[in-house]
Amino acid sequence: MLELNNIHTFYGPVEALKGVTLKIDQGEIVCLIGNNGAGKSTTLMTISGILRPGSGSISFTGEDITDVPPHRIVEMGISHVPEGRRIFPRLTVKENLEMGAYTKNTKFKVQNSKFKNQFDKVYELFPVLKERGKQMGGTLSGGEQQMLAISRALMSDPKLLLLDEPSLGLAPLIVTRIFRAIKEINHDGITVLLVEQNAHAALNLSNRGYVLESGKITMHGLGKGLLNDEQVKKAYLGE
Amino acid sequence: MFVQQVINGLTVGGVYALIALGYTMVYGILELINFAHGEIYMLGAYLGIIFLGFFTAIGLTSYSLPLALALTFVLSIVFCSAYGFTIEKTAYKPLRNASRLSPLISAIGVSIFLQNYVMLTQGATDKVFPHLFEETGFEMQGMTFTYIQIFIIVVSAVLMMLLNLFITKTRMGKAMRAVAQDKTMASLVGINIDTVISVTFVIGSGLAAVAGLMVAMYYGLVNYSIGYIAGIKAFTAAVLGGIGSIPGAMFGGILLGLVESLSSSYISPEYKDAYAFIILIIILFIKPSGLFGKAHEEKV
Repeated sequence: MLELNNIHTFYGPVEALKGVTLKIDQGEIVCLIGNNGAGKSTTLMTISGILRPGSGSISFTGEDITDVPPHRIVEMGISHVPEGRRIFPRLTVKENLEMGAYTKNTKFKVQNSKFKNQFDKVYELFPVLKERGKQMGGTLSGGEQQMLAISRALMSDPKLLLLDEPSLGLAPLIVTRIFRAIKEINHDGITVLLVEQNAHAALNLSNRGYVLESGKITMHGLGKGLLNDEQVKKAYLGE
Repeated sequence: MFVQQVINGLTVGGVYALIALGYTMVYGILELINFAHGEIYMLGAYLGIIFLGFFTAIGLTSYSLPLALALTFVLSIVFCSAYGFTIEKTAYKPLRNASRLSPLISAIGVSIFLQNYVMLTQGATDKVFPHLFEETGFEMQGMTFTYIQIFIIVVSAVLMMLLNLFITKTRMGKAMRAVAQDKTMASLVGINIDTVISVTFVIGSGLAAVAGLMVAMYYGLVNYSIGYIAGIKAFTAAVLGGIGSIPGAMFGGILLGLVESLSSSYISPEYKDAYAFIILIIILFIKPSGLFGKAHEEKV
């Protein structure tokens, strides 16, 4: 479904990705683990078009998206929940969700049934968002903000969801809640690429995993396989 | 006397507010002080003279004055919006990723260019706005209200209400607010940032065109340099209200108009321009982010 082929991405003169190649199949949950600064977020930013790769190519459902602008990539079916959640603080919860549906909610489709369904779908996943509808996004708690960020990304009815550190800074109970939701989303047929520092939880949830070290993929395998790998255990699982 | 001065103040204040909205909207989205914005206001006034002159020449003005005026307004808005759109595309967009000083200097350049362009093509002397209707109004308890004042106040109020509806209720208006709050996130939800920026310039320029045209009708004279002082005043109004805040620009403009009008009649008219800045200094001293401004938030 998504293929990154030898991607090099630069921040000014610094080469953050040094030839990343990875592949995700339809219906999978794939996780990308690695230390701070390994290039995990950069990989996601490059997929969603915020950063342009210096070389290499990205294809999505058979189409080349290497030079497609970010708003077009959303229309094609990739939704990105960035690190730090980035809720629009002075838009209400409902308006945040409406912005998530921006590509669907064109002038002629405002009242179409799909748009309404999309609201119902995320309210079912996280009922608290319906109660908070009129509240400003910036006033939500961290966990609620993460729920809103994921829901906002789902509003565009994506085929592929990119999640960047969804558990960051959240209480263990909320983390369990978020991971359960990711599983449900995947059950609904949405492919997930998950970036996590919480390698244990991420590998447990995922079908497959990639390990990223200083801009390079150094290992990949089945989620369960990586969990039992001695090197991964030592470097990322603290065992 | 007091009510009379309040009416005068609201007239000028409405105009300041319309121009200030253009400054504040662009700042909200690009963090750029668009110094060329005052010039758009000036172009609006000149375009009004040109179009009205044309309609007079073809006899439309004597056939139906309201129709000629309405068409003049529409055409001035369209032309000024086109100017605003083009200025953004040519002078600011190529500098989007440059340091923040570069587009600012570019804006000053556009301002100087437009002033000289109008001076060369329209002449350096004052132009008279066609005198098409008698300066009439009505008297009430010894006070005179001219129709043009009422017209300016009503038009400003209606435009501000429409803008408010647009910003809070429409898809594009909400997208503008989203872009102002977080550009990267806005593109991640599928908003085309370039379109939103263009719409911002088009709307701001349209409002400035209306302001310029109404002022030209009110005072009857225009000059290629009127954009400078009006721009500075409106910018002051925007800062007063909290730059980046739309209600702030509306309130700041009206407050500035009232202060100018009341202080020049009750204190002394000689320092008319100074009062605006005195108020600005006092307010920024008490609340540095402006009346409606949000304290600067660190982005994490």
